Amino acid sequence: MLYFDLVLGRSAVYTQALNASDAEDRYIEDADRSAQFQARIDADDRIEPNDWMPAAYRKTLTRQISQHAHSEIVGMLPEGNWITRAPSLRRKAALLAKVQDECGHGLYLYAAAETLGTSREELVDLMLSGKAKYSSIFNYPTLTWADIGVIGWLVDGAAIMNQIPLCRCSYGPYARAMIRVCKEESFHQRQGFEIMLTLARGSEEQKAMAQSALDRWWWPVLMMFGPPDKVSQHSDTSTKWKIKRFSNDELRQKFVDATVPQAYYLGLTIPDPGMKQNESGNWEYSAIDWSEFNAVLAGNGPCNRDRLAARRKAHDEGSWVREAAQAYAEKRKSRKAAA
Amino acid sequence: MSIASIQVSETPLVLYALRRADDALILGHRLSEWCGHAPMLEEDMALANMGLDLLGQARELYSYAAEVEGKGNDEDKFAYLRDVRQYRNLLLLEQPNGDFAHTMVRQFFYSGFADLYWRAMMKSDDAILAAIAAKSEKESAYHIRHSSEWIVRLGDGTAESHRRAQSAIDDLWAYTGEMFEADDSEWALIEAGVAVDPATLRSHWLKTVTDVVGEATLSLPKNDWMQQGGRSGRHSEHLGHLLSELQSMPRTFPGATW
Repeated sequence: MLYFDLVLGRSAVYTQALNASDAEDRYIEDADRSAQFQARIDADDRIEPNDWMPAAYRKTLTRQISQHAHSEIVGMLPEGNWITRAPSLRRKAALLAKVQDECGHGLYLYAAAETLGTSREELVDLMLSGKAKYSSIFNYPTLTWADIGVIGWLVDGAAIMNQIPLCRCSYGPYARAMIRVCKEESFHQRQGFEIMLTLARGSEEQKAMAQSALDRWWWPVLMMFGPPDKVSQHSDTSTKWKIKRFSNDELRQKFVDATVPQAYYLGLTIPDPGMKQNESGNWEYSAIDWSEFNAVLAGNGPCNRDRLAARRKAHDEGSWVREAAQAYAEKRKSRKAAA
Repeated sequence: MSIASIQVSETPLVLYALRRADDALILGHRLSEWCGHAPMLEEDMALANMGLDLLGQARELYSYAAEVEGKGNDEDKFAYLRDVRQYRNLLLLEQPNGDFAHTMVRQFFYSGFADLYWRAMMKSDDAILAAIAAKSEKESAYHIRHSSEWIVRLGDGTAESHRRAQSAIDDLWAYTGEMFEADDSEWALIEAGVAVDPATLRSHWLKTVTDVVGEATLSLPKNDWMQQGGRSGRHSEHLGHLLSELQSMPRTFPGATW
């Protein structure tokens, strides 16, 4: 059995079936249905693919889940940059396993997004054409081995902070994908922290490498939680629909509070001299440079062009392979039918 | 540890384990270069998965070589502090990834061999090698299945994929002979029941390869000239570049722990 016949056939058939099943009434908005839907949300019911849902709910989830999936895939590149140069075989194996997991997370998430009725191919095309976004963090370069440690420790740490509440998100397929992703992600996060710990306990050169990586990644990581609450454009409805359970600023604060003691334990300095702990125990951080965030989101970060170019190149140079698999699957099907 | 390359006491058993470890490391390294660049996500995962299996095999074999040698070397010293002339991998495995067809044909030729080889090595009189073989065979069985399915898909896919698959076969064929060679240092191990004579695997390998290539509507080259040298450290020009990337960190920061 060629596994690939199944894989190729799946996405198209799956999404077509969903689209066709109740195409008639799926998109009809009516006040009663909307009220029933909101009542289910309020009762903490899980929404499933064949349930009626407001078009805007479908749209916002498709956007969020697919951009989450794109982030996993683009996120393979900055870390993949160090697989061939990892400094020990143990670290190389862990990194390769990690990047493989990220690809798997991308696949879960595309599958979850497809239950909303858009095919993976269409979603990927939107990313490749620059119309759909991926996490801003992956537009920063990995310049040293310590960056791999910081990505595990902070980038995955921030991702977990974001994703744990999503395990209770109102849309069932997304919530279930998040449960699986979080289990693997927290393992990676500990590996990243262990890389940092080894560097921090190593030579002066290694400590300096660790500090420099923290200096370069700290602010971009805080930006991963998205714009401040007062300007976040998707927050209101996302909260009402229980897609989002905490605000950007709440999650960012939780992350900072969790991370400061870890940095202290490592003997590293967070590059924010103005940071101070307030009476309630929270660490107050300095103002974030949102102009940098906006520039990166607009495509003008240090690696935006390289990342998209790498994904487009893989897509374009792989097209003859995908066409071959498709052609072979079709030949095989027609041979079977003829036999 | 210093920047200088290590000295290795190449007893027959140490050399034997290092050759197989180098095979796995170098091919695993090549596969890992695909990470994030494969034609589809499923294949990104499959290539990383096979690369990871091979890296695992390399680590076990290096650790065993270190134990047998008993000179304080370890998996990382073997991997990071030997130079091109000290590497003993098959020439086939250091060949560049090229297009997807080249990667798959290289994988197919090697895993067709590795699957038979590890199965035979499960009967080795050396208990450690037999145990490594038992684990590796499960992995190589997956690799040969995956790569032979792709040979068929590419060969019997479109005109372009057929052309590319055929040219990969033609380009890589001359590196397949080395898999079946054994030199004097191996003969003692073969006679002692520690190693298998790889020449005995050739006909079975050739039958598998011929069958799959036939099903793929492709053909094997008429030219039977075979390149050799990897086992004794005479490599192609590709290996030096691969090693300078692979080894850059430990050579830049000698003695550090990571």
